[in-house]
Amino acid sequence: MYLLNRVQRHRVNSTWMVISLALVAFLPFLLFIGLYLKSAMLLRDYSLFDLVFSKIWKPSSGQFGFYPFIVGSVWVTMLAMIITAPVCLLTAIYVTQYTRKFVLRIMHPAIDILAGIPSVVYGLWGILVIVPFISRYLGPWLEVKTMGYSILAAAFVLSIMIIPFVLNILIEIFKAIPVELKEATWSLGATEWQTIKHVLLRKALPGIIAAFGFGLARAFGETMAVLMVVGNVVKLPKSVFDPGYTLPALIANNYGEMLSIPKYDSALMFAALLLLVVSLFFNLVMHFFIVKFNKY
Amino acid sequence: MEHETKIEIRDLNVFAGKNQILKNINIDIPKNKITVILGPSGCGKTTLLKCMNRLTDLYPELKVSGRIMIDNNNILAAKEDIYKLRQQMGLLSQRPYPLPMTIYNNIAYALKLRGIKKRREIHKLVLHYLQQANLWDEVRDRMREPAVRLSIGQQQRLCLARGLAVNPEIILADEPTSALDPISSQFIEETFSKLKNDYTIVLVTHILRQAKRIANHVVFMYLGEVIEQGSVEEVFGNPKMEKTKLYLGGTFN
Repeated sequence: MYLLNRVQRHRVNSTWMVISLALVAFLPFLLFIGLYLKSAMLLRDYSLFDLVFSKIWKPSSGQFGFYPFIVGSVWVTMLAMIITAPVCLLTAIYVTQYTRKFVLRIMHPAIDILAGIPSVVYGLWGILVIVPFISRYLGPWLEVKTMGYSILAAAFVLSIMIIPFVLNILIEIFKAIPVELKEATWSLGATEWQTIKHVLLRKALPGIIAAFGFGLARAFGETMAVLMVVGNVVKLPKSVFDPGYTLPALIANNYGEMLSIPKYDSALMFAALLLLVVSLFFNLVMHFFIVKFNKY
Repeated sequence: MEHETKIEIRDLNVFAGKNQILKNINIDIPKNKITVILGPSGCGKTTLLKCMNRLTDLYPELKVSGRIMIDNNNILAAKEDIYKLRQQMGLLSQRPYPLPMTIYNNIAYALKLRGIKKRREIHKLVLHYLQQANLWDEVRDRMREPAVRLSIGQQQRLCLARGLAVNPEIILADEPTSALDPISSQFIEETFSKLKNDYTIVLVTHILRQAKRIANHVVFMYLGEVIEQGSVEEVFGNPKMEKTKLYLGGTFN
């Protein structure tokens, strides 16, 4: 016999569920509040506008301009998405619509393996392959001076890293479209391409946006691989062949060091807060589009 | 036979791997009549229907052999422009699958595939086909709404209108009322009875009463074979084969 009757057991079990839910729901809030309190010291002495848009970063003389880091992060992320998006979309359409089923059965584990490689390994690969490729071949070919460590190198490594994630989601989305919908447009005399363009892409649109948003968030927060190839120079990049610096790299490179400089600690926390807010913003925008396109 | 044959199926065999789904099918489908294909679930009715507009191409695992002659043209041998060929037939599936667009664009899409580009003509024809499918009065104020907001019965009529919009000569319907409520089913049946003057209709169903109500010609299938075919009076009134008698008597399903 049980100690409690079944109604009591139901109450106890659901209490645990509520507690777990509360934990999951409140953790981001706590994180946000913690970061805010920690960076409050910086925010008290400088205006938010100055912090975000000032270009000069000299912590030792009390100048904290985050603009180069923000620009660096945005460039790297956007460029990575520009590479990732078409590659993933075309691959996903090709494997789900044009090939036989066994191709997908082979590809799925391969993609999973790629997704499981630690980012440090990607970073190393970037240093050994991508950086020399850019400095020795791509740069001279396009007649630009570059040392290889650059926004482009970071974007490239980053896109290789997020492609497996985005691709996996996209494949699932295209697989979930009922074959009857395809039959419906085929029976109207649509060609394969017309079916994809007018029906499948439209049906999958909310999912495609979600997949890209997920990739974007991952790319924006990725630290290690980017830090290894981006160059880590605090300067506004003029082209994609220039080195840059990203927000996550700033935190990872400096936290725990030079904390004797006044407000440095607070400034790094502010960088983390910025990261959090930007990710939140991406999520909201993504959500808006998903709701907008999901009505069909 | 006094009436013209529209579709002539000869020695049709369909294999899925080693599994034979259709065995030596020979059917004559009369023009401008409702032909009902009757039989228990899993007897190959749907596959037969899909052969007629080459939707079997979507499934590379299916091997199709034999001949399906439509107006003396073997569609199974057709190499070029299968897309044009499919437009000779409108398809109505078991559940409605409206395209992910507005009600208006569901029809307009089909019209554009047919090659109609002028906006004014599209406007006129959208209205025409919605009226033909008995839907216009219910959607006249909702043309810009997503099609999925319609009820299932309305969606099915929208799919019918969409199928008619490619200007087919044949309508293929695969248990089109199985997901619908009685009133929507009645709507579809009435529409079919009206449409048969201009279209050759092939209706797959397992509802005996529906077959009796609207069929002119009946084909009874069992386990991938045609057991009996003939006019509705012949098959229902005086079945020759033992299996047909049993099925019509409700002994097996």
